[in-house]
Amino acid sequence: MTTAHASEVNTSGPNEFGYNNYALGNFSFRRDEYFAHVTWPTGSHTISIDDFLRALQRDCAWDFFYGTVNFDHVVGTINHYGNVDLFAGRFNAAFRKAEIDYLQNFETPVIRNTFHTMLDNWTNSTFDPFASPAETQAPWGNKSGSNTEAVTRRRVAAQRMVGVQGDEQIRSDATGHPINRMFEDVPQSEPEVHAEPGFESEIAAFNLFAYLSRSNVTWNPSVVSVCKESLYCPTTEEYILPIVHGNDRVEWFIQLSDEITWDVADRETGSPRAKVVMKAGDCAAMPADIRHQGFSSKRSMLLVWENNSADLPDLIASGKAPQYPVTF
Amino acid sequence: MTYKTIFGSLSKYEKGHIDIIDDDAKHYVFSNMFEVANKSQPWEKVAVGINQEYVLEAIRAEGKSGWFTCDHDETVLCMDGSVRIDYVKLDKPLAQSGKGGSIAVNGDPVGKKMGHVVLQQGHQALLPKGSAYSFTAKTTGVLLQQTIVGDLTKQRWAQICLS
Repeated sequence: MTTAHASEVNTSGPNEFGYNNYALGNFSFRRDEYFAHVTWPTGSHTISIDDFLRALQRDCAWDFFYGTVNFDHVVGTINHYGNVDLFAGRFNAAFRKAEIDYLQNFETPVIRNTFHTMLDNWTNSTFDPFASPAETQAPWGNKSGSNTEAVTRRRVAAQRMVGVQGDEQIRSDATGHPINRMFEDVPQSEPEVHAEPGFESEIAAFNLFAYLSRSNVTWNPSVVSVCKESLYCPTTEEYILPIVHGNDRVEWFIQLSDEITWDVADRETGSPRAKVVMKAGDCAAMPADIRHQGFSSKRSMLLVWENNSADLPDLIASGKAPQYPVTF
Repeated sequence: MTYKTIFGSLSKYEKGHIDIIDDDAKHYVFSNMFEVANKSQPWEKVAVGINQEYVLEAIRAEGKSGWFTCDHDETVLCMDGSVRIDYVKLDKPLAQSGKGGSIAVNGDPVGKKMGHVVLQQGHQALLPKGSAYSFTAKTTGVLLQQTIVGDLTKQRWAQICLS
């Protein structure tokens, strides 16, 4: 394994389709009308460009998230919180057996800069990688404009709770967040808040369901409340989670509305382990040794609950903390 | 097309399931908060999620609760029913510094009234560090509390989870 330090983006001028090619360490990336092509010293891989851009969008927006972001069964990233592995076949049992998997480590700014630049260059004006497929046009074809505003959305990260004075604020038509077509029946009334003088910054409440009904993105957990390292990261889900998330810690799902089906597989090999069907009010843990991908036929509200402790990955990897949240 | 959003409630919920392929259902610690609250006593704080010291507690909101306080911020999300929360700024903190989770306050808290909020389904409120708070359910419902495992947390995983 090698570590790359240079933070500049290594890119070509436009190729015959109008898109820039990129080199990142020993990996190279090229897009044409339909596909992203990824090449590394021991192999290459082709991904449909819609799937690639949706996965790349999440990896960029989440700053490589917790653990592993599998773009598909071959390519992905592992976050080490300060540096990131870019891999091919690392979590594919056949690639591992054939010893053709490949991994290179990058300081986070290096891979971040390349990924953000590539996402912006490869996303045409009418495609929004964060939107559900029914709410955006297709990404196919030659280079045609850009959609920088969509691919650089600011991620919500409340310090205490949405709605608290000085913290992240609620969504409305005025803030550019209309109610999503699948949540038009969600009540929009805000809670009664009666703060005595001097306590306006302490007495706070908001309508989380209304807030989520106005989300203009899918599969994008963002922080709405904080209890030390306990983070509420709700998100609205429609169609398919564009990545397969490999956990480096226990993660919890609380289904707030509707239904999601999760395909759960072994984190290392991808071998199927379970199918978890969650309905409103269900609470389930995703263990620290699995990967998972969700499917939501109707747009649904999911509360992703994270323990943000920086110590957890090492504690779990070393066996000092369990892979499962509780034994009974 | 008109879409219908499905939320759960004490009186109407449908629990999901796990199809095991090569695993143990217990690893997923799968429960349903409405089912849990239907079997709980009013204001019992039953864990439905745990991650090291952090916990999510399902609470059956019915009638009037006692007073609680905590040495750190907590939040509560109303998943069903309607509840009023009254707040008092304690003259003297009752929760030991650094202690996790909420504790019960004996009797009425001593301090200045901070105000109150009234929550309906889907509303989330802050329970700020150093305050005392009490709940009054206008209609019986379910609260989900974001906090740390404490003296009042009840863990009954074998009774509530799929296995």
